[in-house]
Amino acid sequence: MADNAEILSGLAEIVEEVAGIDTAEVTSEKSFVDDLDIDSLSMVEIAVQAEDKFGAKIPDDQLAELKTVGDAVDFISKHQ
Amino acid sequence: MSAGLRTPPTSPGARLLGLGSFRPEQVVTNDDLAERVQTDDAWIRSRVGIAERHIAGPDTSLPDMAVAAGRAALTDAGLDPADLDAVVVATCTMPNPIPNAAAQVADRLGAVGVGAFDVNTACAGFCYGLGLANDMVRAGTARYVLVIGAEKLSDWVDWDDRSTCIIFADAAGAAVVGPASEADIGIGPVSWGSAGDHATTIRILGETTNKLHQEGQTVFRWATGEIAPIALDAIARSGLEPADIDVLIPHQANLRIVEAIAKRLRAKGAREDMVVADDIVTTGNTSSASIPVALDHMRTAGRVRSGDTMLLVGFGAGLSYAGQVVICP
Repeated sequence: MADNAEILSGLAEIVEEVAGIDTAEVTSEKSFVDDLDIDSLSMVEIAVQAEDKFGAKIPDDQLAELKTVGDAVDFISKHQ
Repeated sequence: MSAGLRTPPTSPGARLLGLGSFRPEQVVTNDDLAERVQTDDAWIRSRVGIAERHIAGPDTSLPDMAVAAGRAALTDAGLDPADLDAVVVATCTMPNPIPNAAAQVADRLGAVGVGAFDVNTACAGFCYGLGLANDMVRAGTARYVLVIGAEKLSDWVDWDDRSTCIIFADAAGAAVVGPASEADIGIGPVSWGSAGDHATTIRILGETTNKLHQEGQTVFRWATGEIAPIALDAIARSGLEPADIDVLIPHQANLRIVEAIAKRLRAKGAREDMVVADDIVTTGNTSSASIPVALDHMRTAGRVRSGDTMLLVGFGAGLSYAGQVVICP
């Protein structure tokens, strides 16, 4: 089980790999769409990789609700 | 007491002997579509990676395209139509459920009276057909088989639906399969399967508009997540490692899916210099035709050479998937 800091750093690495955004930019309060300019297909790729990495299932309808990086960290933390 | 039934002489394996493709002349650019469905070139390129697609007009039928591709593959193989024992057409876009495409395609090619049938596993169709042809040759059912992937998706696309009309296009691609000795087996075992619980995610709504509908995000997620493991299984069944693959030709569904599959294979040991098909950029998504068309174009362009070890993997409506390792003829 990863703690929230570990989930955040792991998620930041995935975001960097999928969307080419520096890991330092990927902080809890950032919005995926508005701040990081990540489109819906990239969000799907991030979700697929996060599922592999953390063992948490992120269904499509839940994915749409994950607005910020912090939302995603909390969701993964509760469902890993 | 019976001695059992006789069976034909078998072959140690099969290989690809020739390739061919046909793409209609008429080009539809992103700008051509932009006004009609309120999108733009940059959006289309970023979401699906397509710059232009080719569309067959009303005077070019699906069998017309299949015959053209099949003839080119026979010429490339140095065989006559009369040498064929079977014609397999992978397609999901014939205008009506019957007649099928394969019988008329075989007849028009001059392969008169041979076994001929269609395979409908949509975008996985060419790899399914190739798997069947491989087994038919190995079992001695046939010596030479022509496998064609042919689609006229333009007949089934809703040209006012921007989630699909920007993606799909028309083409045909073909390969001739024949027997191989132990030393030159050129088609590996197929890794195939289905996910029927997702049957409604890509469908043609016969009860209403008769047009193709796709739940894009669900399919994108399935393809980016589930296809790389199937590709790895196909490699393992051939007794190879990911690093042995020279060329990756996934179904040209969406350039981002293609890139996601390549990325996952590289994470499992595939080489950085592995050539990855990107024929979708100028051809669009042509379902069962996309793999043989990409292969033929890449060989013509010199990106693929005779003897290269190539991984093919098709996936789409059904949902269905199939992949195998082949050696370029």
